Amino acid sequence: MDMDLSFGLGNGPMVLVRPNYKKKHDLLKSTRITSTLIRIKPQSQRCIIVTTRTSKPHLGLVLEFYSIVFLFEVCLVDMSWSCSNYLCLSTSNTGSVISYNELTRLNSCKFACVSEGQRWKRQDLNRASNILAYSSLKPPSFKIDIGQRRKDHPLKKPRNISAYYSLKPPSYKFDALEPYMSQRTLEVHWGEHHRGYVETLNKYLAKDDILYGYTLDELIRVTYNNGNPLPEFNVAAQVWNHDFFWESMQPGGGNLPILGLLQQIEKDFGSFSNFREEFIESALTLFGSGWVWLVLKRNEKRLAIATTTNAVTPLVWDDIPLLSLDMWEHAYYLDYKNDKAWYANVFMDHLVSWNAALARMARAQAFVNLGEPKIPVA
Amino acid sequence: MASVTTISSHLTSAFISTPEFCRLSQSLNCSQTQRRSTRKSIPGKISASVDLKPPPYELNALEPHMSKETLEYHWGKHHRGYVNNLNKQIEGTELDEMSLESIISASYNKGDILPAFNNAAQVWNHEFFWESMKPGGGGKPSGELLELINRDFGSFEGLIHEFKLAATTQFGSGWAWLAYKEHKLDIPNARNPRPSEQDKKLVVVKSPNAINPLVWEYHPLLTLDVWEHAYYLDFENRRTDYISTFLNKLVSWETVSSRLEAAKVLVAEREREMEEIDAIDDMDTMEPEDADMYFGSDADDFPEDEE
Repeated sequence: MDMDLSFGLGNGPMVLVRPNYKKKHDLLKSTRITSTLIRIKPQSQRCIIVTTRTSKPHLGLVLEFYSIVFLFEVCLVDMSWSCSNYLCLSTSNTGSVISYNELTRLNSCKFACVSEGQRWKRQDLNRASNILAYSSLKPPSFKIDIGQRRKDHPLKKPRNISAYYSLKPPSYKFDALEPYMSQRTLEVHWGEHHRGYVETLNKYLAKDDILYGYTLDELIRVTYNNGNPLPEFNVAAQVWNHDFFWESMQPGGGNLPILGLLQQIEKDFGSFSNFREEFIESALTLFGSGWVWLVLKRNEKRLAIATTTNAVTPLVWDDIPLLSLDMWEHAYYLDYKNDKAWYANVFMDHLVSWNAALARMARAQAFVNLGEPKIPVA
Repeated sequence: MASVTTISSHLTSAFISTPEFCRLSQSLNCSQTQRRSTRKSIPGKISASVDLKPPPYELNALEPHMSKETLEYHWGKHHRGYVNNLNKQIEGTELDEMSLESIISASYNKGDILPAFNNAAQVWNHEFFWESMKPGGGGKPSGELLELINRDFGSFEGLIHEFKLAATTQFGSGWAWLAYKEHKLDIPNARNPRPSEQDKKLVVVKSPNAINPLVWEYHPLLTLDVWEHAYYLDFENRRTDYISTFLNKLVSWETVSSRLEAAKVLVAEREREMEEIDAIDDMDTMEPEDADMYFGSDADDFPEDEE
């Protein structure tokens, strides 16, 4: 599929979506989103850039209307290190991107364009297209500072719209990771734990408007509050962590990293097997619940392994995570019971997605200068 | 034998004669008969390693509320793993000879935990947890425990509500506790200026990972393991169901009552010690015997210096 990913707009990848104006009625009636998605995929037509800047898109209107746009979680304009929310980007070498079951479920239980009891009418839909068109014309002209609230968006926030964070499914079917991670584990881990976090987050955010206007990454940094976390931190971070985790795995994963990532690992750890040993050892010595990460450290400009407890993520230290392994017991207990070593080894051998890590690394290199700059000799 | 429960290690002579002791020892003996000694006796070698104590009931005795499989893994793998790792860690060090609780407080190191703490505390916590449950448990407490509950939580339902809240909101791995706190003041080492029976409270607390109220010098009475390995096989992610099942069907209020009595005894004993220290302190404020030294330097006052 031909996609155009713009890296250079200063805020990280944007998502390209083609609004199929002609087919809008079909979209509304359609329940099989996957087929719609495939139909919509740009085969011959151009895409537009959806550039929104708020995490609670007043484009909630659009989101109900364009269920694809919703899936792309339009809120992630900047600095989002998980390539998760960009379905175009996901390492889906297979044809079917998402399991359509989850998509239909998502469509029905998510984004509530709450308009105070109003039902959608035709005129609202027209308005949606206007907003969309407007947004596409405005280039991002400023870097989002960490914590900058974007209340000063030129488009006024309509009072009767609210939108929420959505639960994004993994880009593979639940049984795709068998026998290394069972379908039941994914059903419970994603369907109950991850979904619970998302719903709790939405409940927290619905209470008042203080945290309006942040993307998920920013929300995590802000609620971390430099080490004194607010109550929303745990849930927000866990939502992000789990998104990241699903992306860090793929069916048929494991093996070795390739290209630049392998070189960097060998440079920073000595050899891949050193890295693997260290990674697994960190996983085993972690006490309690937590995560193990492969991070690119910004200041030190090198790769490192980090372990965090409970919900903490290297984002809060401004490092760039490339891979994660969930060492909360709920991630492995159904499959491996108490055998953490077995789980960690299986993850390394059969589940880890080096493609995703490579993509993240490539994106990270736009922000961290890992080597000597190649200055052309005049 | 390091596996003797904490209660008995604190027995003093004054206590032995009281009727409480007889009741306590009976309950202890009941649990002791089912205990299997897992240490081989090597003549001449005093090894103070920590034992893996089995729960005071069969592994399938808590069905259907806590499955046999859970107990096999929870006790047989997790608890056993903690014991083995602890023994490996303390072998040959100064912690080897100490009782489990001393190991815990020594390795807690006032918050800067040493490597042995996690394992030691988890061993203690799990032993405590097994004893807090019994087949056919649940129901309501009675007697003095119920009185204190009503006094400190309003009602039994109030306690249940708080306990459930603590257990549900413990994020990550941890434990929920019912503990007996000695002073109403939260300051350690503070002597309560107006001591009265009202000041000793029951509290519900929660702790992360391996921490337990011993390190805060509370007296734990009841615990619930909310590490995910405790309930994942039976309840998957439904922690609230697990907590309700524990409170309705598994908790052993008799054990809690007996622990409360032991705690009260300890508290009373400590108060007596404090009084004794006070008495000695009072004595010390009297003039020292060689007060004459300060009045002058006459040679008569220092007869021993003449030689």
